[in-house]
Amino acid sequence: MKRAYGLPVLLPLAVLPFLLGGCNMVVMNPTGDIALQQRNLILFSVGVMLLIIVPVMVLTVVFAWRYRRGNPNKVYDPDFDHSTTLELVIWSCPLLVIIALSAVTWTSTHLLDPFRPLERLAPGVPVPPDAKPLNVQVVALDWKWLFIYPDLGVATVNELALPVNVPVRFSITSTDQFNTFYAPTLAGMIYAMPTMRSELNAVLNKSGDSWGYSGNYSGRGYSDMRFKLRGVEEAEFNNWVTQVKAGGGSLALSDLVELIKPSERVPAMHFASVEEGLFDRAVNRCIEPGKPCMIDVMRRDMATGAGHTHPHAVPTMPPGHAAEPLIGGKPKPALQKAPEEKGSGPNVTKPAQSDPPGGLEPGSVHNRDHQ
Amino acid sequence: MTDIHLKMIFGRLTWESFPIHEPILFGTFVVVVLLGLAIVGAVTWYRLWGYFWHEWFTSVDHKRIGIMYVILGIVMLLRGFADALMMRAQQAIAFGANEGYLPAHHYDQIFTAHGTIMIFFVAIPLVVGIINYVMPLQIGARDVAFPFLNNLSFWLTAAGAALTMISLFVGEFARTGWLSYAPLAGLAYSPDTGVDYYLWSLQIAGVGTTLSAINMVATIIKMRAPGMTMMKLPVFCWTALCSNVLAIAIFPALTAAFFLLMLDRYVGTNFFTNDLGGAPMMYWNMVWIWGHPEVYVLVLPAFGIYSEITSTFSGKRLFGYSSMVYATVVITILSYLVWLHHFFTMGAGPAVNSFFGIATMVISIPTGAKIFNWLFTMYRGDIRFELPMMWVVAFMLTFVVGGMTGVLLAIPPADFVLHNSLFLVAHFHNVIIGGVVFGLFAAIVYWFPKAFGFKLDPFWGKVAFWGWVVGYWVAWTPIYVVGLMGTARRVRHFDDPSLQPYFVIAAIGGLIILVGILGFVMSIVMGFVKRAELRDTTGDPWNGRTLEWSTTSPPPAYNFAFLPVVHDLDAWYDMKSRGYQRPADGFRPIHMPKNTGTGVILSALAFTLGFGMVWYIWWLALLSFVALLAVSIGHTFNLNRDTFIPADEVASTEDRRQPQLGMGA
Amino acid sequence: MTDRMGDIRETDIRWHPTEMEEHDHGGGATVLGFWIYLMSDALIFASLFAMFGVVSSSYAGGPGPRQLFDLPLVALNTALLLASSITFGQAIPHMEAGRVGPTRTWLAVTGLLGAAFVGIEFYEFAHLVQEGAGPQRSAFLSAFFTLVGTHGAHVTVGLIWIATMLVQLGQHGLTGEMKRRIICLSMFWHFLDIIWIGVFNFVYLFGVIR
Repeated sequence: MKRAYGLPVLLPLAVLPFLLGGCNMVVMNPTGDIALQQRNLILFSVGVMLLIIVPVMVLTVVFAWRYRRGNPNKVYDPDFDHSTTLELVIWSCPLLVIIALSAVTWTSTHLLDPFRPLERLAPGVPVPPDAKPLNVQVVALDWKWLFIYPDLGVATVNELALPVNVPVRFSITSTDQFNTFYAPTLAGMIYAMPTMRSELNAVLNKSGDSWGYSGNYSGRGYSDMRFKLRGVEEAEFNNWVTQVKAGGGSLALSDLVELIKPSERVPAMHFASVEEGLFDRAVNRCIEPGKPCMIDVMRRDMATGAGHTHPHAVPTMPPGHAAEPLIGGKPKPALQKAPEEKGSGPNVTKPAQSDPPGGLEPGSVHNRDHQ
Repeated sequence: MTDIHLKMIFGRLTWESFPIHEPILFGTFVVVVLLGLAIVGAVTWYRLWGYFWHEWFTSVDHKRIGIMYVILGIVMLLRGFADALMMRAQQAIAFGANEGYLPAHHYDQIFTAHGTIMIFFVAIPLVVGIINYVMPLQIGARDVAFPFLNNLSFWLTAAGAALTMISLFVGEFARTGWLSYAPLAGLAYSPDTGVDYYLWSLQIAGVGTTLSAINMVATIIKMRAPGMTMMKLPVFCWTALCSNVLAIAIFPALTAAFFLLMLDRYVGTNFFTNDLGGAPMMYWNMVWIWGHPEVYVLVLPAFGIYSEITSTFSGKRLFGYSSMVYATVVITILSYLVWLHHFFTMGAGPAVNSFFGIATMVISIPTGAKIFNWLFTMYRGDIRFELPMMWVVAFMLTFVVGGMTGVLLAIPPADFVLHNSLFLVAHFHNVIIGGVVFGLFAAIVYWFPKAFGFKLDPFWGKVAFWGWVVGYWVAWTPIYVVGLMGTARRVRHFDDPSLQPYFVIAAIGGLIILVGILGFVMSIVMGFVKRAELRDTTGDPWNGRTLEWSTTSPPPAYNFAFLPVVHDLDAWYDMKSRGYQRPADGFRPIHMPKNTGTGVILSALAFTLGFGMVWYIWWLALLSFVALLAVSIGHTFNLNRDTFIPADEVASTEDRRQPQLGMGA
Repeated sequence: MTDRMGDIRETDIRWHPTEMEEHDHGGGATVLGFWIYLMSDALIFASLFAMFGVVSSSYAGGPGPRQLFDLPLVALNTALLLASSITFGQAIPHMEAGRVGPTRTWLAVTGLLGAAFVGIEFYEFAHLVQEGAGPQRSAFLSAFFTLVGTHGAHVTVGLIWIATMLVQLGQHGLTGEMKRRIICLSMFWHFLDIIWIGVFNFVYLFGVIR
């Protein structure tokens, strides 16, 4: 009977040290200042909450033990069902904890807002006034990461090199699916969403390699949609850029059209030059030739809403500007399918093949849902 | 017969849709079919069809329906848990060069099915079933407000579950995660049958859940025994009321979201598409307006269960009844205002994020107050550590940890690192297993003797208890840790070998939970075998305090020969302590609803409608829809829905019950 | 909690209600239950309104409300539906008084007005689709067709219900059960009217004025 409550509380305590010994909890031991502040916030909040959680757990065990039926030396008061004092304590204890945490939440949410430019590089080290943040544009593709360094004119796939102690401003978007840009050692995760541009300001403080992931399931290639995060000293970073530039390869719009086709486990790629405006095209979903850009369509829509049937928009992003939006390319909805178009609904619960069909082959139709 | 004819008849159903080339799956399929045939054969051989049809399938008795819900929940639990074990096995071995044994398209179906089944077809049926069984008894009613609707609700839920189950062998289930987020679940990215199965089964089951919630609310408001004011309503009924009000408030958002996604897929609208002005994020908002409160729909009744059990087994009135009620109401209202915390990281801006974060944390205040109330109910009590009470203590110790990680996740900057990681997955399993599942097991152990007249086998009950509690901690503590190591959820294959030991431990934990599940099944089997010695002879085996214990175990169809008049919160305890004597004569005819097969027929038609739509078999869908309409209208022409149990039949039933009831008082 | 043990002598306590009390127990649950259903249906409409609000200017380069909506026609439709609510209101006193004939007549008039409403809406939809402004053209049009169409589908269900009631009133007259059904039907019909007022203002008027 007494074991009824002894083990559940002891078990995690007994297992924890064994579990934690020797593991690298990236989230608890980050190399970026933003992630560090997030870590500290987690530790602080857990500490505050333990002030109430630990007494509750102890009281549960103590009351369960003391007031068990087998204990002859206990007070039994079957009508004790109300006490104003106790009720006050009961409601105010959690209230106080939540007030404290709310204050912390309000300030930390504003201070650690991913859109907010950095104010410090590390604890006690403010950002130098003349420091210019490094711009990195992140595009989540199916299922790989494209990083464009617009200031440097280079781009990479599945490899993100960052100079340490330099503030970095990420602009983040996605071509098709909702993904999250998640480099646990650098900062928290931010959604990469089609037609939307998110931002993240962060800084890396230590050199070294680690991994970044997508945190939101985005289809069959999601598990291996990861990138290597390389933190390097500034001088080494400049070397790296030179190397990439020397390595050749270019990423023009036509190359991007090929690259966005679904592919899995894509090895790291480098591009010595990048056509301008690719990121804006990704945000505006006008990578494919002839497809109008969202921004132009929206401008046209505003004119339509105001009653103009023939909007006079200024060409900003040719081609596709002011073109009729493509209706083609959209799959035919079920109810419009002719009998022969219905196809087959296969049962695809097949055992693992050594090589997933089309897996490493960019653009293969097999990479999509259909087998 | 040309291909076009075949397509017109069978839609996109082809030989490819069946796993005939798949030895393992086909084997499972054959075994399931043989098992099904064996059961059908046995039922036919023993001529039980009539019994099942008249006494169970068509029954409008809330007790029978409650039991059928619980059986459905337990069967689906076995399926959902099998999925869980498969995932644990895959994650324990798929490191480096080893791809594991599940390819992406299979693994992705499994985690989708696991989440969908566990919430929609395990947790909801179990909670609804227990409310169905217990609540009318606790408020001293003879049935629910709309008995036919109750039967229909159950069968619609069962039809949804059947549609999900059939996707295992015919076609596939969704590969989009348990909420099937757009745009991934749109036609452009998921053209196969999976998402259609998902949408139709949940839509059909969702109609059942909404109808059931309306029914329960009307019952609690209108059918309470005389004298039972709202502040004399047992806490479990209060939580059931709030839970069902909440369900009515949230399910429309989910229904609408699924409806719009269906239109996208079938009609070609642009609600959640990337192009032509679609707004996929709106889908996220709508499903989470449903999704977060849904957690409270499930956990509030569990809180009610803990309250009843703590009070009964501590031999005390519940401490702080009114603050418990207010806490429940406050949680109900607040839970509607927190959905955005599921996507803090989408960049809503710090003011919005802080608002939703703080609103989320505020929920922990009434929840904390509840924990203290249970604590002080135990204080100065006379606690009997029978199985239900053991579950309560395990819940309190487990749930507070889940509550703590929950508040942690509500702090937006902390959520930035923990969101969509395995830490989050560990958190919600912590609150759902520790909060809801433990409560459901406590409820089943506690009310089983009321429903069947004998207790569950205590030895196997303890095996179930220890299996679940120990298994939970072994399985989920390492998942918290790998979450802190920066591992995202739904990942099928890992590169970092240092993660492997944790997943192996988690898999072992899963096996320990398996022992718990088998122990639970055994406790039913052995309870049945030893029912003679476990018999409940009094109708009040735990020295209970609420009205369900004032009648026999199991209760007669009409529950109470005379409706009780309630004078105190713990009505039955009050009756017992004031020497209540049961009337032995003066029985009156009792007005009861008649059984009807309409619910079964409507649900079967809903099932064929769903199946036809999933497979693009338009003639079947159209036929089912027209039939659905016709049967519904036809049902309104049947006004012969009630019957009276004659007074002498009541008298003779009461005579048979007298030995039990005499000892109860 | 005031009447604890000992406060009242046991013989004074009444533990069971009388037959009359028991008979009255649980009345009015149908109307309450139906009202709760309407509230949940209202939330479905609220979700559709919200969806419409989010994409109400996402024309995707296609036509907008000013190019599409024929306000006089919609105003006529609104008038028809409002009138049908008034005619339903006329049926209720006759129902209360137990006069089957007039009740059926007013119900039938209501049904005809409703049918005209659905007919005009169908014409409007067909016209839009013909012009190439179908639900697939843009998110705005998807939301428009869905919101207005869902309302129209509800009105159609109402029409089927009215037809059923006309038949059943002929069979059974104004029994308690029939009265209850007519009350629920009237709640349903007025509810659809309220929703339509929202649609008319929010979708049509605001769309054109903006």
